[in-house]
Amino acid sequence: MEEESLAFKRRLKRRARLDVAFHGLVLMATAFALIVLAALLFDVFRKGLGWLDFQFLSSFPSRIPERAGIHSSLMGTLWVTSITALLTFPIGVATAIFLEEYAPKNRLMNFIDINIANLAGVPSIVYGILGLAIFVRGMMLGRTVLAGALTMTLLVLPIMIITSREALRSVPSSLRLAFLAMGATKWQTIRHIVVPAALSGIFTGSILTVSRAIGETAPLILIGALSFVAFAPRSPFDGFTVLPIQIFSWVSRPQAEFSNLAAAAIIVLLIVLLSMNAVSVWLRHRYEKRNGK
Amino acid sequence: MNAEQKAKNTMFELPPAKVRMRKIKERLIYSALLGCVLMSVLTTVGIILSLVTETYSFFQEVPLVAFLTDTRWTPLFADKHFGIMPLVAGTLIILVGASLVALPIGLASALYLSTYAKPGVRKVVKPLLEVLAGIPTVVYGYFALMFVTPLLRAFIPDLSIFNALSASIVVGIMIIPMVSSLSEDALGAVPRSLREAGFALGATRFEVATKIVLPAGLSGVMASFILAISRAIGETMIVALAAGATPKLTLNPLESIQTMTAYIVQVSMGDTPHGTIVYKTIFAVGMLLFLVTFAMNILGQLVTRRYREVYE
Repeated sequence: MEEESLAFKRRLKRRARLDVAFHGLVLMATAFALIVLAALLFDVFRKGLGWLDFQFLSSFPSRIPERAGIHSSLMGTLWVTSITALLTFPIGVATAIFLEEYAPKNRLMNFIDINIANLAGVPSIVYGILGLAIFVRGMMLGRTVLAGALTMTLLVLPIMIITSREALRSVPSSLRLAFLAMGATKWQTIRHIVVPAALSGIFTGSILTVSRAIGETAPLILIGALSFVAFAPRSPFDGFTVLPIQIFSWVSRPQAEFSNLAAAAIIVLLIVLLSMNAVSVWLRHRYEKRNGK
Repeated sequence: MNAEQKAKNTMFELPPAKVRMRKIKERLIYSALLGCVLMSVLTTVGIILSLVTETYSFFQEVPLVAFLTDTRWTPLFADKHFGIMPLVAGTLIILVGASLVALPIGLASALYLSTYAKPGVRKVVKPLLEVLAGIPTVVYGYFALMFVTPLLRAFIPDLSIFNALSASIVVGIMIIPMVSSLSEDALGAVPRSLREAGFALGATRFEVATKIVLPAGLSGVMASFILAISRAIGETMIVALAAGATPKLTLNPLESIQTMTAYIVQVSMGDTPHGTIVYKTIFAVGMLLFLVTFAMNILGQLVTRRYREVYE
């Protein structure tokens, strides 16, 4: 009896120790990811901050590091991202509305569901190949802002659709039924009740979508965005470069000055992305608070 | 006319012409929305068509057997060889290295967040992991080449500047948030009652996490692994910057290699005239990449759908 309880106590202690050890292990794993994030930010700011000034933002790229800047790539990013957002938002929301509000439950819709989930998982570089074949060659758009924006639209559309669907799904069906019961048509219900109620969720999704478009590099390399562009695009039919490609081309150069320039451009890119991220967190927070009432 | 008035109108009989107009309008809207849905189907069709046509014309010039069995990949040299194996080997090293980093760490942090972390800690850690997920891959590429490689070279002096090791570690870091958030969703879906039953029987948190929560959420965790690996295969910028541009049939991570994606980028950077065999290699390699990631994505979805434990 005595011995048995001793053995039990010993085992209990061992189990408790194992629990503490495991806690330490998983904590370390999580901390690792955050330490890497800190190291990345620290390294980028240490190398890039000294190069970041008004001259850097307003100059064109140059072979002389001191004179180089990101004016053309910043404008290119602005052009491509704006057109992408203008195309993605309506098409994405319309698709989401159809799939959530109208779609019958049948095999075809099931297929479309799976198709969209798959498109979200297709590597971005494959979208670049699509853009090269269809927009640059097939539609003869050439290596233009428009070809880039169309390629980017197809790339980010699945994200827009998936997030908008989640937003629409969170609208309680009692709201829909009440409005329908008053004799409204389906579209009236959607336009006046469902979409307004889902709007903050849809906006959060579109911020996520746009930030994905801002950070993408590979597909635009494929469709031939240039790495050395000494002009800002003036129309959708101009050649262009974007911030991530400018970073890519600077990182590829062996001289340390250029990698510092890349770090400075990364700071600009991250500031844009992080502030968008902050807006979406704030929107979600506000939305949750309102729903909690 | 506001919503209230509209609702009032419908309490009375509307003139038949108006009813008909409304019906037509609803139809039109339905068709417009359906048109948008078809965009996503068209995208898939477009991807497949553009890949298949050029790939077909590639295999008119290069026999499939050579593509699969030749051990050299040298389309850019005078002595051209089109053996895909070196690029597949390069991709494989990256994928194995990234999995070794991301799967254990991602799963561990999912277990931490779902079992150990206090709500306050969770509230801080989750958005930070989202930040990690939102960092553009070109920035990770910079990090691999400018930070991780020099760090590794301090320990491994004969590591080449461009090497698979550094790139695969950073690809792994990039997919950690994906593994951890998808796994955590799966583990979070395990009913509270199961955990509480475990605790009531006197189990420690370690036992609840590994013997109750993890087995119950295993299919979701597996799906997150598969999707993350598929993402690692398709990852481009990190490997293009840090892993090198030398297609080599090797499994040594200390050397410079080339992945399928990095090859596509390398060719696109140069001026490649339409219709040449080099131009067509983009599509042939892209086709293989698409097929592999497509199969993995389907598998990932099947695993989540088929093996999801259903609780009341």
